[in-house]
Parts: sequence; structure tokens; C-alpha cells
Amino acid sequence: MTMERAVAPAQRAVDILGGDVSESALKGYLDGLPGVDAVGLEQRAAGLGTRSIKTSSKKWALDRIIELIDLTTLEGADTPGKVRSLVAKALVPDASDLTTPRVAAVCVYGDMVPHAVEALGAAHGDPDQGLVSVAAVATAFPSGRASRAVKLADTRDAVAAGADEIDMVIDRGAFLSGRWGQVFDEIVAVKDACRKADGSYAHLKVILETGELNTYDNVRRASVLAILAGGDFIKTSTGKVSPAATLPVTLLMLEVVRDWHRWTGERIGVKPAGGIRTSKDAIKYLVTVAETLGEEWLVPHLFRYGASSLLNDVLLQRQKLASGRYSGPDYVTID
Amino acid sequence: MSFLEYAPAPESTSVLKLKDAYGLFIDGEFVDGSGAPFDTIAPATGKKIATVSTADAADIDRAVAAARRAYDTTWSRLSGRDRGKYLFRIARLVQERARELAVAESLDNGKPIKETRDFDIPTVAAWFFYYAGWADKLDHAGLGPAPRALGVAAQVIPWNFPLMMLAWKIAPALAAGNTVVLKPAETTPLTSLVFAEILQQADLPAGVVNIVTGAGETGAALVAHPGVDKVAFTGSTAVGKRIAQTIAGQGKKLTLELGGKGANIVFDDAPIEQAVEGVVNGIFFNQGQVCCAGSRLLVQESIHDEFLDRLKQRMRTLRVGDPLDKNTDIGAINSAEQLQRITALTQAGIAEGAEAWSPECELPSEGFWFRPTILTNVATSNTVARDEIFGPVLSVLTFRTPAEAVAKANNSPYGLSAGIWSEKGSRTLALADKLKAGVIWSNTFNTFDPTSPFGGYKESGYGREGGRQGIGAYLQAADAPAPARAPGELGASGSAGAGSAAGAASSVAQRVAKAVTKPAASKSPAAKAAAAKPAKTSTRKAAK
Amino acid sequence: MTRLAVPKTYKLYLGGKFPRSESGRTFEVRTPAGEFLANAALASRKDARDAVVAARGAVSGWAGATAYNRGQVLYRVAEVLEGRHAQFVDEIVQQEGVSRAAATAQVDEAIDRWVWYAGWTDKFAQVAGNANPVAGPYFNISVPEPTGVVAIVAPQDSSLLGLVSAIAPALVTGNTVVVVASERFPLSSISLAEVLATSDLPGGVVNVLTGSPAEIAPWLASHQDVDALDLVGAGDLDWVALEQAAAESVTRVSWPEQGPDAAAPSLERIRQFTETKTVWHTKSLL
Repeated sequence: MTMERAVAPAQRAVDILGGDVSESALKGYLDGLPGVDAVGLEQRAAGLGTRSIKTSSKKWALDRIIELIDLTTLEGADTPGKVRSLVAKALVPDASDLTTPRVAAVCVYGDMVPHAVEALGAAHGDPDQGLVSVAAVATAFPSGRASRAVKLADTRDAVAAGADEIDMVIDRGAFLSGRWGQVFDEIVAVKDACRKADGSYAHLKVILETGELNTYDNVRRASVLAILAGGDFIKTSTGKVSPAATLPVTLLMLEVVRDWHRWTGERIGVKPAGGIRTSKDAIKYLVTVAETLGEEWLVPHLFRYGASSLLNDVLLQRQKLASGRYSGPDYVTID
Repeated sequence: MSFLEYAPAPESTSVLKLKDAYGLFIDGEFVDGSGAPFDTIAPATGKKIATVSTADAADIDRAVAAARRAYDTTWSRLSGRDRGKYLFRIARLVQERARELAVAESLDNGKPIKETRDFDIPTVAAWFFYYAGWADKLDHAGLGPAPRALGVAAQVIPWNFPLMMLAWKIAPALAAGNTVVLKPAETTPLTSLVFAEILQQADLPAGVVNIVTGAGETGAALVAHPGVDKVAFTGSTAVGKRIAQTIAGQGKKLTLELGGKGANIVFDDAPIEQAVEGVVNGIFFNQGQVCCAGSRLLVQESIHDEFLDRLKQRMRTLRVGDPLDKNTDIGAINSAEQLQRITALTQAGIAEGAEAWSPECELPSEGFWFRPTILTNVATSNTVARDEIFGPVLSVLTFRTPAEAVAKANNSPYGLSAGIWSEKGSRTLALADKLKAGVIWSNTFNTFDPTSPFGGYKESGYGREGGRQGIGAYLQAADAPAPARAPGELGASGSAGAGSAAGAASSVAQRVAKAVTKPAASKSPAAKAAAAKPAKTSTRKAAK
Repeated sequence: MTRLAVPKTYKLYLGGKFPRSESGRTFEVRTPAGEFLANAALASRKDARDAVVAARGAVSGWAGATAYNRGQVLYRVAEVLEGRHAQFVDEIVQQEGVSRAAATAQVDEAIDRWVWYAGWTDKFAQVAGNANPVAGPYFNISVPEPTGVVAIVAPQDSSLLGLVSAIAPALVTGNTVVVVASERFPLSSISLAEVLATSDLPGGVVNVLTGSPAEIAPWLASHQDVDALDLVGAGDLDWVALEQAAAESVTRVSWPEQGPDAAAPSLERIRQFTETKTVWHTKSLL
């Protein structure tokens, strides 16, 4: 009986589906997307993973990876001190080598946003300009199991405290039970809640939690749904569910973004998060982005890694490149 | 700098321990051939790698005699269990020397190291592992209890997957209890000769496998040799037909893996990204020099334009160049001759109205290279829709309904492979039933496995390689009738073969060639009567 | 007063019909003692051509029928054969000059052999096909499929048993057949055709040519739309030349056999005119 309920309009959906954005129109559109053959997708991802990078390319790649990291702490035990320490690391990842670039953003829970903003001080700003932005997870992260009012309040709080980016979770329960209009509405509403006092919007990253969506067909539908509803980024995972980011799922999301760009000319960002711990893995993602969307996507407003331990491994590899010797964990700082 | 300009990552050739010159491998030893030696060159540079012997008729006699001797005195007396253990040894040695073999194969063939390292050589090892286990289980091969080996197998293999084709031939032959004389292609003899060293390391009894190098005449002399009981050939349909004619009446079992013009059928409900990938893999894998290549794209008319857009976008990321570079997707064409053939056929297609498109890419100045190419606006009657190009050239055709897809896919004298891309299971299975092809890949393409039979319908050949069916090609049932032989043929299972004169093979070939031109109906009654005799007396062959 | 018998006109069997040879030719069939038995149609190369067209046209229906249905139809053939048992015995006695006991034994065996093959239709794929445990996420299965149009030179020393032994195994998997009957003993082949025509076997699935194998076989061997050539009864012909002609279009060839055991029943006789088709499909929960 809710089938013909009109969902809240979002400009992209209106453009694609026409003026009347009904749930059935949405469903028809998402159901019409081409299917995904899992075996082929995984083989393609594995093939991209065999690309071999050497020396000069590797230096460039390692620096670029750092510049694309959302350095993250999402613990129940997080404190202002912990966040200050994280920000320090974000600004100067390797005190032994000041040429090391800064990360793109720090990613924290909403109540930690003021501490992150304060710690960043003048360095707070647009990562495309070499500054570090503040991302906050919101909407009852990671489960998303709260009323919409709570989720919106969560979002507004973080934005008001100075968050530049909101990492929201979709309602996987609603998605898996076929209530796609509800998921859509919620993203639209959260996007609305991202409005800052100056009328601009915090960037919205929509976490699909691909490990819970389970199938690649679901990931493709959810990706398109999130874009239609106004997401600026689509993000794989919270990092709290296994599997988190995988290369095939990220490849699939990159393909959705590529198709969206082909259809509309609009560029959407992608953020794999969770489980990317080594430089070697991170380079595979870099290659996958470059070969699927082109190198112009390897910039902070279009691609991010959601990671915590990845940074230190990249620093170890960077030190090895500079010194010619293998480094060890005691030569990088623990957050 | 551009990140996509991966720094060259060439695989080191330091693992190679190649010799300057290679002899023939006969009776467990390398010996000089009696024919004029030839050079094998690297297709990517045109530079010489090594000098290789040519086996003439006398050398073939020696090789066949060695195989016969090994069959009679050693191999046929060995238990299946022990034959299997030799094959397991070989499989392990291939794995141990995998990197060396991969580099040698890329160097000699021109194919990317990515493929030799991740596909060709692992598949070689897998093939020996698989058939090793069959050696002591032949009662279960489907021919009834206690099936018998055939004897000496003559095997002639092509240049597109040199060592893999060797494995496909040698592993089942030895497991079944046959001995082998194998001739690799003249442009890619290198890995066969390195493989001969592996056989020495495995301590395989002398003569069980003999490797003779040379060009077409060497192969012709080998298959026609009266001391041979079984012929297995992979290569062009034209040569396959010639072989079948040459050995007619000689009582030799024959397996042919010939050409193809595989249809890769993409429906509008296909998993589109994977279909693009599958089409790319189907025609550009190994530079398209694959008998089962998906060289005809049949795309549903309703998605033709969008599909081609996606295909072209994907093709722009293909990296053409140094085969030894780990990032190379497409390597060199195997020979100047093959490059000439690909070029000529593609030109013929364009002359008939096809439009050619290739991504921009720089080709190396030396060696043999051809850009990955798609031909659109191709009609079913065009040369490029019918003839096997055996290169990185895709002919694009369209269809409107599933029935039309089947009709177009089957409209070919070939019948080796076909691909189906669709998410609709019932239609896929119905299509798989109706396609006249030995291998049907659904939502995948160019996948191979030692357990999976491979081979063609129609002019793509007969017999299967791989799986249980693959070992059947080297066996006969315990109570099988003796092979029928034309009058005057020297029975390989008799006392001939081993001691036959050098000229024996060529005289048989000449006699057979004469017979071919003679209309059957006009044969004289006397000849008829003579012909009748040996077949009449054919009796059950005594178990060996 | 003895009744005046009504003799049968023996014609060809093409596409489910019984035409005379397009050439208008006939040849005399006599007993071993030289007595006239009948005029049989002397098939021409054009009759052979028409037979191949009929056989090709029947492939999709016969091969596409369910294996259960093919089994039922073939078993029905055996039933009708049994009903005409006496007629076949008479014809064999007349043609071959053998005793009634020997002729009866031949007919019995022909019927029993036909039943044996009829039972294979829905089992052969299970025995000759198999799943393949490939090292990857694929469903992979190999099944035998009919080769298509099989041209047969029937055993020449046998009226009925040789013919049945050559035809039945080809039909099991769904092939269609053009058979050149025994030149000396052609009458049983046309009587068998009458059985086939009244046994639910679709027209064109079996086509029977009587006449000279030496004249017709070369046209069948070189015919590009013939997929397989069974030379089981061609031992007296220049079968090497036939094999060579067949090679021109990669036609599958099976060699001559002679003696009383020619075309003995075996799985190999079914298998030899099948093609193994291997189908791969991806497998994934995701």
C-alpha cells in the first residue's frame, strides 16, 4: 500500500526518473540495472591486483595514498586526548620526514568533532587545498538502528560542531526487506540535515555496509540509490562488519560511478573502508581507480581510503624507499 | 607524472639457462638432427634465441623406433602406478622450474609473461597432475575393464600454447601407457626442449618421450610413419584434413583439434561489465591466437551501441608491448607470417565494408605487432565473419532474438567454442543445448581445466582432450576390433615400425596421395578384391 | 485352387515416403540359386542427395525429442518388428538361402538388439557424460550429443541383423541416418523401412537406399552435409578413398568390420557418433 507513496524529491532522482519520484518508479529503475556476475567481477579485480608498480611510480603512489586517507578512530573508548593525538599524526604523519604529505581527513564520532576542529586549528579545511578536513560518522553509526529523528539530530549536531563531511549509514534492514523508498527518503533527509549555517552542505558519504547487503546486485542497486538520493560519496563499509572493503566490491562501485559519469557528466566519490591495511593492498585500489575511472579520480574529493593502520604501513614503505633499508614498526608512531 | 605509465616491470631473464643450440631429443639423449638447423627467434624483437635441429625422415625413423622399443621393453611393462609416479614427478619438476619455463615461453612465443606465469605453465603442471592419477585407474575410463594402450603416439602441436599443448598431448598419452614422438611448432620449439631436460631430471625411461623439431615436412613424415599407432594433431583445419587423408587406411586412431570461429553471444540482460571483460578476454587473450577465441561478437541489437562504447573504453586500457613486462596485456604476434595473415584478412574485411577501430597505442619498432582491433558493420557473408583470423581482431555482428543468435552462431563450418552472456538461466541452458560447439562458456570465456574435455564439432575436429574423455583418446577397449588397414599397410603392432627404412613413410604418403585422386567407383574389380582381403581377415587383436 | 500371390514393389525410403529412384532404375534381386525375387530400386546419387536433405531436416526434431520419447519410439519399432517376424524370416530365407532356424535366429537377435539399444536412449548420457570438478567457481558438465547426419554402408553379408546393428546405435542419441543397404540382400531393408514408417519414427530419421554401395557411397562420403560416415559394411569397397573423401569436411569415419561379429552391440557404437559438449557456468552466492 506504500508502493505509490511519493518519496521526497531529490534533484538527481527527478532528473533521471522524471518529476514523479514514486517508490515504484525507483524500484523499476533499480531493478532494470544490469546484473553482476560475481565470478567475472572477482576475476577482473584479481587481474587488476596483479599490476606491478616499481620505484618512481611507487613513490608517487605511496604519497598519493596518504593524501587520500581518512585517518580514523571510531572506538567507544575515544577521548579528546586520543583525537588530538590522531590529528597530530594526520598533520605530521612522519616526524622523521617532513616531506610526508598530510592525510585528507580525520574521521571521528560526532561528539569528537569539536576536539578535532580545535586540534586542527588553521590546518582545518579542504584537503584539495592541502588542508585536513573533519569527517564525522552519524545516523546511529554503525548499525543505523535508531529513529529518523535521532539520526537527523546526530547529523545536525556534527555539522554544527564543524564537521565538513558526514559518513552516514543506510538502513540495511529496510533495504534488504525491499523498502527502497524508505532508504531513499532517509538519505535525502540526512543530506538536508547536512546543510550548514552558510547554506552550503557538508559532503555526504553514504555507507552501504556491503558486507550486510551481501550480494553484488544489491551493492549496485544501493550505490545507484545513494547517488540518486544525493550522496556525494558512496562508501563500502563501517569497518565494524566483516567483510568490509574488498577490491571486487570497490571495483563494482567504481563502475557505477563511471556509468553515472557517462550518463550525467557528474563525478561521484568512492570510499573503500575497513580491511585495507597494507601499502600493497592500497596500491591495488589505486590501480583499480585509475583503470576504471582514470587518474583524475585520484583526488581527495573523489576517492578516499577509510583506514587507521594503513598509514603506518605506507610510512614504513616510504622509509624503505628513501633509505634503501627495510624499516620496522618502532620507527613509526602508533597513531 | 602520469600514474598509469607504470614503470616497466620486466621479468628477469636471469632464470633462463638456455643453450645456443638444441638437438633432437631421441631415446633419452639430445642428438643432432640430419636436416638443416634453423633459428628460433623472439617475436617481440625479431632477435635469434637459439639454433634448433631439423629432423629428417631418418631422424623420424630413429625416434619412432626408440618409442617403439621403449613401449615394448619398458613402458608397457610398467605398472600403472609407476607410470603415474613418473607423471607426478614431471608435474612437480614443472612447478619447480615454472618461472624459467614462463620466461622461456614468453620469449619464444611473444605472449605476455602474465599469461605464461599465471596460466600456461600452471596449466601444464595441472595437466600432468591430473593425468598422473589416471594411470592406475584406467578401468574407470569408460572403455570397460583392462583397456589397452594404442602403442606409439605421434603428436604434432601448434605454436600458440607451446608447452601447454605439449602437456595436453603427452600427459594422457603416457598415463594410458603409450609412448610418444612429439613435434613442436617450428616457431616455438624452445620450451619443448627445456621440457626434455625435465624428463631427464625425472629419469623417465629413454625413448618414452621423443621430441623432434622441424617444420611442416617433419610433422608430415612423423604422422605418416608406418610405425605410429595414434596421431594427435592440434593446428589448422587445412593441415588437419591433410593428415586425415594421409593416414586413411593406416589403422591409426586420430584426434584433431582444429580451427574455430567462436561466437560470443551477448544478450541485453547480460551482466554487462563482465560481458565486456569476457569479450576482451575472448578475443585478446594470447593476442587472439587461440583456436577457441570468441572472434565473432554477436551482440543483441538493442544494446549494440552502448556495448561497443563500453568495449572501446575498456580496450583503451589494454597495454600492448614487451611480453616480458608484467604489466603487458597484449604481446607480440608469433611470426612474420602470422602477422601477414592477420593483416591481409583484416584488410579483406575492410575492403568488404567493415569499419576497423583500434585504441591508440604505440607499437614497438621491432618484432611483430598488431593493435587490438574491432571490426563493426560486418555482415555474416563477409570473410571476417567466416574465416579464422587467429589474431586480435573481433568481428561484430548483431542479432534480434535468441533464435537468430543460435542460427548465426551455428552458421559456420567450425564448431569449437561459444559464449553466452545472460542472467536468464532457462534461456542460457536452452541455448547451450542448441549451439553446435564442443565448449560452451556461460558468463565466462576461455577457461580451461584438465578435468574438462575440450574439442570441437564439425570442421573444428574430433576427439577430446582433457577429462575422462581425454584419456579415452589414447586407449582402446579390451575387446575392440583391430583397426582396419588398407592393403599393404605395415602394421605398427606387428614387427614393422622399429626397423623400417627411412623411405617407408614417404612411400606410404605417395601411395595414399594417388588413391585420393582416384574416384572410388572406378576402381577395378581386382583392386577391389585385394582391398577386401585384409579387412576380411581382421580379427580381435590379442591383448598385449 | 491356390491363390495368386500379390508381390511387393520394393522402393526406396526417403523422408518418410517410399519413392522410386528418381533415375527410374531398378535391379533384380535373386535367391542364391538365381531365382528372381523382386526388382529393387537402384538408387542414384540424386537419391542419396535427397536422402541427406531429408535426414538433415529430421535432425532437430529427433535430437530435440526427449530421450524418454526416443526410447519409446525405438521400443515401438521393436514391437512392430516382432509383429512382422514371419515376414522377415521368409525374406531372409529367400535372399540368403539359409535355413528357417538360422533366419529365425537372425530376426530374434535383430529384435532383441533393437530393444537393447532402445533402452540406452535415456541412459547413455549418464554413462558417457559427467560432471567435471574444475579448479574454480564453475558448474561444469560434459554431455554426449548426436553428431548429426550419419551415412552408413550397412554390413553386406547380412539381410537384417547387420542393418539393425548399424542403424540402431546411431539413432539412440538422436542422429539421423542415411543407410545404403546390403547390395545382395536389400529386401529386408525396405521391409524394415515399412516397420519404421509405421512406428512413430518421424519421417527422415532413417532413410534407406538400395542399390550399389560402390556407386552411392562416394557421394555420401564427400557430401559436406554428412557429419559422420560409418563404413562398417564397406570392406569390399575402396574404403580408404571414401575415408579420404570424408576427410575433406572433417567427417567422422568409422572403419569397416567384417565377419559374423561385425557391428557387434557395444557402447562404442553409440559413442562413435556423438560429440562431447562441455558447458561451463559461473557459480556464486554473491
